[in-house]
Amino acid sequence: MDADISIHLQEQIILAQARSTALAIVGSASKDFLGRRSRGQVLSVAGHCGIVSYDPTELVITARAGTPLRELQAALAEKGQMLPFDPPCYAAGGTFGGMIAAGLSGPRRPFAGSLRDAVLGLRCLDGQGRLLSFGGQVVKNVAGFDLSRLLSGSMGTLAVILEASLRVVPCAATEITLLQSCDQAAALTKMQRLACAALPLSAMAWQQGQLMVRLSGNQEAVSTVREEIGAVLMADDAAKAFWSGLRDQRLPFFSSSQPLWRLSLPAAAAPFDGDLIIDWGGAQRWLKSAATAADIRQLSRNMGGSADCFRGGDRDGEVYQPLAPALMALQQRIKQVFDPQGLFNRGRLYAALPGPC
Amino acid sequence: MSDSLTLPDCLPAALKNSLLALLPKQGLLTEIEELRPYECDGLSVYRQLPMAVCLPETVAQVQQILRLCYRYAIPVVARGAGTGLSGGALPLANGILLSLARFTRILEIDKENRLARVEPGVRNLAISEAVADLGLFYAPDPSSQIACTIGGNVAENSGGVHCLKYGLTLHNVQGLKVLTITGELLELGGDVLDSPGYDLLALMCGSEGLLAVIVEVTVRLLPKPKEVSVLMAAFESTEKAAAVVTDIIANGILPAGLEMMDQLAIQAAEDFVHVGYPTSAAALLLCELDGSIAEVASELECVEKLFFEAGATDIVIARDDRMRQRLWAGRKAAFPAVGRLSADYYCMDGTIPRHRLSTVLKQIKVWSEEYGLRVANVFHAGDGNLHPLILYDANQPGELAKTEAFGQKILELCVAVGGTVTGEHGVGIEKLDAMCSQFGADELAVYHGIKKAFDEQGLLNPGKAIPTLQRCAEFGAMHVHDGELSFPELERF
Repeated sequence: MDADISIHLQEQIILAQARSTALAIVGSASKDFLGRRSRGQVLSVAGHCGIVSYDPTELVITARAGTPLRELQAALAEKGQMLPFDPPCYAAGGTFGGMIAAGLSGPRRPFAGSLRDAVLGLRCLDGQGRLLSFGGQVVKNVAGFDLSRLLSGSMGTLAVILEASLRVVPCAATEITLLQSCDQAAALTKMQRLACAALPLSAMAWQQGQLMVRLSGNQEAVSTVREEIGAVLMADDAAKAFWSGLRDQRLPFFSSSQPLWRLSLPAAAAPFDGDLIIDWGGAQRWLKSAATAADIRQLSRNMGGSADCFRGGDRDGEVYQPLAPALMALQQRIKQVFDPQGLFNRGRLYAALPGPC
Repeated sequence: MSDSLTLPDCLPAALKNSLLALLPKQGLLTEIEELRPYECDGLSVYRQLPMAVCLPETVAQVQQILRLCYRYAIPVVARGAGTGLSGGALPLANGILLSLARFTRILEIDKENRLARVEPGVRNLAISEAVADLGLFYAPDPSSQIACTIGGNVAENSGGVHCLKYGLTLHNVQGLKVLTITGELLELGGDVLDSPGYDLLALMCGSEGLLAVIVEVTVRLLPKPKEVSVLMAAFESTEKAAAVVTDIIANGILPAGLEMMDQLAIQAAEDFVHVGYPTSAAALLLCELDGSIAEVASELECVEKLFFEAGATDIVIARDDRMRQRLWAGRKAAFPAVGRLSADYYCMDGTIPRHRLSTVLKQIKVWSEEYGLRVANVFHAGDGNLHPLILYDANQPGELAKTEAFGQKILELCVAVGGTVTGEHGVGIEKLDAMCSQFGADELAVYHGIKKAFDEQGLLNPGKAIPTLQRCAEFGAMHVHDGELSFPELERF
């Protein structure tokens, strides 16, 4: 049931502009928990759906924003390909557009690149209802500012994404996960050592005294490395369940009433105490903590990173790490370019976006 | 071009005195002879002397220069090594040229996090050389990598032979420190994989010096692959070679590099460097595979089989370093080799979806005959990035204009088949008209809005990268007849 409702969406934006109605852009609402609380009239993009073009030999897929993520992933899997950045799937599964707006990447991210790395181009409607097209369908493209990547991860605060083209990659022939018992400090050291050796790594995580290392590649490559590293081979089903549970935050660790924090840190940042899981070879750490936002952000800043309150906690306060004043002012000016009346997803990213009216 | 046309405006005396006071000795050039080396970048058909060249040595000096220029409303063009191919670093007659050539220090190599923090004037290759002992390398490798600087690479989002597998500069830069025109220091990204807020790091990559001046770059380093092999295959038609490129990808193989040359380029390269290329072939493919020993062995077998099945007339496999370098030598020397065939050549940089390769190559051939200008094709076949080299003689009246018209047609064709006017060389001053074919007035208005969000007065590299709406209106009036699109027969994406 492919449908192009871009004209309809455009009309709604123009109407909202005339009435200064705040709009809440919604795909399947699977990521409602994410970001700051934002109020507005629902602008549903779900009806704008369908894969526009997919030629496996081009390693590029173009789809409308409302396309269910699972449908898109099934189409890729049929041709032995996948999205390189391993996006999380929440609740009903989410939409393609919501995935891009949220900009989240899964455990494969340090080794295969992030969502924004894979974005080649997109079409969107800005706050004046203008239909804009940035980037394209080719990997190498330096014509014009890279606004398709600026919009990726902008939480719908700049424009309504209509359609996007993403780079895809072949699935690995074989994937295995190796398991080793060790404490946090030893795990971090080992992760950095493995990352420095040219190995076919595709994920590295640590939880509750166990280091998990996933290898992807062809049969020979993977089995040679397995012998080199040693460690225990994890059963295939258990490994798959672990990595998708980590990706979608569905592991038992994540079911908690405490706020869930996502810390983005240098991969080799020192171990620290807390109820946590390490992903991205050390570069992303999930922390369950009732400590104050200020304390957690200070901890992250001291280690050269930042902390976002990913789930739970105070969704009316600042959820993402506050920006330096000069950077915030610049982001407000960028918001003005796309959405001068501040119609889209007001305050979803920061309270100060849209800027002072 | 006569000298009188390139003579710059006079540097205001007060500004000159302030610059002299803040810059080190020999840090301010104002004499015509001193300015001459800076009059152009790698695209030498455009030349202009700046009012002055500033050669600061510290971030604080750059900051002061920008503040002064902001106060006096003087345009600033930043320059690295000046190897750019689109005139992005072409000076302005009423502007200052800000050279970052003295920022050549590697500030920190962080082995644990696999990062290097470097000044913008560090040469691309110098990074890989500095970390080679650790078994690491910096992946993007534009062909100018011996000379080009990392700051310029970020400004242009440079690619190279290996970006099919390893990505562009954008994918390999993790942090930037930049100065805005008002002298504000911004830190974007850092030692982490992502940062809160809008992705300004991505926006800076390929912004061609219009948004801010890069003063520090943190690049990601990768472990050197254990095994590297190169295959060379000759084909009797470019169509056959183009089809194999698609087959390789369809078989789930992502080569580290996949390059193609046509007959004229093969002949020129062979005459120049004598590496043993089969000069009778219509097309040559070079395929580099890297990874673990087991991985490379199985992929090598697969690619060799594909080449054989596609009717390759000659297949050579380089397994050792010496042979590998030999096979690459011809490809790397292709531009200067083609330069020996003709007084001048004009290098294009369009990118197209891979499956359009033979259509576009055929059309270029037809036009080549129509215009009476020879074309040598050397390109990154794996990612559809074409580099047709149009051979011409600037001393023949009208031949440059004819060449530019031909080039423009090629770029319009690239856009029409779903591609772009520039894959890795940037828009600069050269492709402003071509940008009008790729973007409409609304997109251009947003680009100008973004420029203003960073640089309200339009002082950083003004007039480059993004054409004015007026320019496109005038250009469109010439090129769109009765509202018809060019190539109406082609499907559009």
